[in-house]
Amino acid sequence: MIPKYTYGTALAGVDLSKLSGTLIVIEGPDSSGRSTQITLLAQWLEEQGHAVAQVGLRRSNLVGRELEQAKQGNVLSPRTLGLFYATDFYDQLENGIVPALRAGFVVLADRYIYTLMARAIVRGAEPDWVASVYSMAIVPDAVFYLTASLATLVQRTFQTHSELDYWESGMDCGLSRDWFQSYVRYQRRIRSEFFKMQKKYGFELVNANRTIAAVDRDLRGRIQLVLNRAEALETRRTSRGRAEQHVRTSESPQGAAIRRRRKPEAV
Amino acid sequence: MTAAGSETFPGKLIAVEGLDGSGKSTQIHLVHKWLLGKGHRVFFSEWNSSVLVREATRKGKRRQLLTPTTFSLIHATDFADRYERQILPLLRAGYLVLCDRYIFTAFARDAVRGCDRAWLRRMYGFARIPDLTLFFKLPLDVALGRILEGRPQLKFFEAGMDLDLSPDITESFRIFQRRVLDEYLSMVDEFGFTVMDGTQSVHRQQVIVRRLVQERIDLGLFRKRYVQ
Repeated sequence: MIPKYTYGTALAGVDLSKLSGTLIVIEGPDSSGRSTQITLLAQWLEEQGHAVAQVGLRRSNLVGRELEQAKQGNVLSPRTLGLFYATDFYDQLENGIVPALRAGFVVLADRYIYTLMARAIVRGAEPDWVASVYSMAIVPDAVFYLTASLATLVQRTFQTHSELDYWESGMDCGLSRDWFQSYVRYQRRIRSEFFKMQKKYGFELVNANRTIAAVDRDLRGRIQLVLNRAEALETRRTSRGRAEQHVRTSESPQGAAIRRRRKPEAV
Repeated sequence: MTAAGSETFPGKLIAVEGLDGSGKSTQIHLVHKWLLGKGHRVFFSEWNSSVLVREATRKGKRRQLLTPTTFSLIHATDFADRYERQILPLLRAGYLVLCDRYIFTAFARDAVRGCDRAWLRRMYGFARIPDLTLFFKLPLDVALGRILEGRPQLKFFEAGMDLDLSPDITESFRIFQRRVLDEYLSMVDEFGFTVMDGTQSVHRQQVIVRRLVQERIDLGLFRKRYVQ
């Protein structure tokens, strides 16, 4: 296991040393292919014999429905909405991610605090305040930020939805009355916040302009390194504990990676 | 959204804090009546009164879904909503705003639940520190007595039952309130609370409170201006 930390503030009631799983975050704008990639990664990881849990933003039991209502009415101030999202995030962290990590799962998170922080900052929240609110979040073992050109994103969006999303276009931000222009400006601002955060939080950038299969291969390779690191630390820990027992299973991760299935590429 | 304290407003803020049963609500109610009677621009804001967040809070409490962190955050969400929709605009518009409980209630309650004190202070950093904070102090047994004889049906979170302090709800409430009191006492100097002796009669306390308000705040600024 890779030792876990938070971003500076202890999470009440959680013993981090008991979290033996691996936390992997996939970030990126809508239409960057996050959920497709997560589905593929989950299959691959399960084939390799890892228990996988998938978590995503805004799916909690606690405030999920109220958040939807609040967004529809668009009645909350940015700060209130930001805190609402934080409540929702910590609910999922404590009731979803933490138990899964404790049980030794590989947790694939479809977005994490970074999207929430970027959205809040673009809407006028002070970056330090936002970072402080999320300072109890567990530091992921890896964060992959899927980036694609706006042209790619727009094209993919129209292929699947035929219209732009109100929130992903930042229509509440008053950037422009024109949807397309607002979308472009909003996405640029979000991206610029991500690049600012990248230095601080150490995201790995993944070029998502490529085909689904190419991005999948790229991600697998990088995640394999994380799993190898976790495995090496585990080996050191257990061999220290019972040095006389040399019972180790030994399917090489590389061997397992070769068995991966090829998926037909969608355009 | 600007940081707290970086802006000056014509309005003023008065908050009362203390344990349940400390008599703070009675006192702030009387201050409200007094200022209304004088024809001042005054507004009374109650803790935990916004509409939208209330549903989620209720649901969370009923199903006991809340952890110390989400309990704290859901109340912060609620407070932020009320602060930005109500308290802040009133302060900008030059009102005298009276608050029955303020951020210190959250600081005390959430710290007892194990939340990080520095984190709590940063999270609520957007909220302005009151111009006058009255803390109604009285011995724990007196406060407990007032609550336990008047309202024997204690609620789960109110009694701190989520903390596993005791399987007995009344005992849990006692332990919880004692810890909340300790938190309050540690904030007296930190935030410059004015400490009131809650064992005195209601009237005697109110005389003192009104004097304190007059000393601290230029009430002449809050007279209503009538437009002809």
